[in-house]
Amino acid sequence: MRLAMRNRAFFFFSMIMPLAFLFSYMTLFGRGRAQAVPYLLAMVLALTVMGSFWGLSVQLVTFREQGILRRFRVAPVTASAMLASSLLSNYFLTLPTIAVEFFLCRFVFHMTGLGNLISVFVLVTLGTVSFASLGLIVASVTNTMQETQIINQIIWFIFLFISGATIPFPLLPGAVQAVAVFLPATYLVSGLQRAMIEHTGIASLGMYIASLMGCALIAFLVAAQLFRWDPETKAPRRAKLWAAAAIVPFLLLGAWETLNGDLRAHAMKNLRSMREPYSLERIDH
Amino acid sequence: MLNAATIEVENLAKRYGDVEALRGVSFSVNEGEVFGLLGPNGAGKTSTVEILEGLRTPDSGRVSVCGLDPQTSGVEFKYIIGAALQSTALPDKMRVREALELFGSFYPRRRGTVELMKRFGLEEKRNAFYSQLSGGQKQRLALAMALVNDPRVVFLDEPTAGLDPQVRREIYDIIEELKKEKKTILLTTHYIEEAEKLCDRVAIVDHGKVIAEGTPRELKQRSGAVTRITVRMTKPETNGALNSLEGVTECRTEAEDYLLYSTRVPRTIVALVKHLEEQNNELVSLEISAPSLEDIFLELTGRRLRD
Repeated sequence: MRLAMRNRAFFFFSMIMPLAFLFSYMTLFGRGRAQAVPYLLAMVLALTVMGSFWGLSVQLVTFREQGILRRFRVAPVTASAMLASSLLSNYFLTLPTIAVEFFLCRFVFHMTGLGNLISVFVLVTLGTVSFASLGLIVASVTNTMQETQIINQIIWFIFLFISGATIPFPLLPGAVQAVAVFLPATYLVSGLQRAMIEHTGIASLGMYIASLMGCALIAFLVAAQLFRWDPETKAPRRAKLWAAAAIVPFLLLGAWETLNGDLRAHAMKNLRSMREPYSLERIDH
Repeated sequence: MLNAATIEVENLAKRYGDVEALRGVSFSVNEGEVFGLLGPNGAGKTSTVEILEGLRTPDSGRVSVCGLDPQTSGVEFKYIIGAALQSTALPDKMRVREALELFGSFYPRRRGTVELMKRFGLEEKRNAFYSQLSGGQKQRLALAMALVNDPRVVFLDEPTAGLDPQVRREIYDIIEELKKEKKTILLTTHYIEEAEKLCDRVAIVDHGKVIAEGTPRELKQRSGAVTRITVRMTKPETNGALNSLEGVTECRTEAEDYLLYSTRVPRTIVALVKHLEEQNNELVSLEISAPSLEDIFLELTGRRLRD
């Protein structure tokens, strides 16, 4: 109840970016072929979800630099309540965008099925929380907006290009693929693709869900631990260690995936889904 | 804890890197009192208040507010204090009404948003974004927000800094009203007028130390009741001559003015006029003022407050 009240503060996000991605993907790569839509939509959904990474970290740093957080600190609000409320509001702002993306794909781009909606919903939820929390960690280890932007930029590009969200995973060089299995983004993208194309239920997506849940939980705890109210207090050195701790589960996960995972096989199969079975009969427009 | 002061500050020290911001600040504020920390910028006023609000940790020393330690008491402490911070803001797109409702929602005991808006003259601006408010309106909102939880103790850090005189007077009226409600108020300022007009007691702070404390009246009496005579003349004077006039204890120049501090005003004036006649000099203006806190500050530190 108090959280809901607090959320009012955070209602300033736009849908423009993800929708622009949606349209450009659909027109550039889809070329009007309905069977390509689920694959591309999964990418766009992943991008939308990963966008939380930017939004919240930049917002938190702005709030800190302007001294807005200090005002909250004088009131009886805890760091985790602040973070939880911003995550929650970010999540509720992401949902309509996701809904619009589905709607457009279904009715404008003639997508035939909707995939496994429950899986998609779970993945989107966990993904949004995970990436937003990762962003909050960046916000807390950096001292100025510039630093935040730079670090965000670097991490964002890694997520963007080697997770399969822009370049399909199977098309990446083997070495890059080997690195990509260590990223939470990769699990989000391929999880979404499986849900969209293979209609995989949550039970079979255990690994993906567990990894994102783990990411969400750890990233949130670390973010709460590192939270700073005041622009003047600098990030302590141990903050960087904490941030590093957030990576550990992915090392484990990546190692496991490298040894036993079926992620690559599924990624390949789903990429093919875009071409088959109608790849020969081009629909001209 | 019987008769304990509402705010107690003992030997507070704080350094930021090489700068010693506080070097043993001590004072206490009684229930229902308006207490002013008066001093120039950088004297340590804000550091002190922010330690009391729990925003900063002192390096050493002890503070308590209503018997609670701001550092360790958590929510219980936050419930009883209200604060208008010096460097703070709200999100640009937050509306006045939303801000009051939002912050009100954090407390179990709260004042009505409508009542607060009415009282602080914000009703017309209830739906305005924070970014659209003027400086005075922002400050009024900050004061209203400091009162949303009907706190026992209110901290106002430079409530009128940077505001024009008329708006400043509006804020004074609001603080006067709070005084009537018997709230304990700790206020920092570098405006003499504000301290004299609003505060029951004042502590003058300079270089991280309290250099004088008392009611404005007490402080003035303690200064030895030296009256200030401000003189302007057509030709400049050598200081030495004015200094040796009868009754003058000290003479300073400030731009074109000469400030004579005198214990015997009538005699000093007679002597001054005689002196000017001898020098073939003429008076442009002459002003006699009873000692103010400004003079006391000058006397104690050798500097003016706004230097």
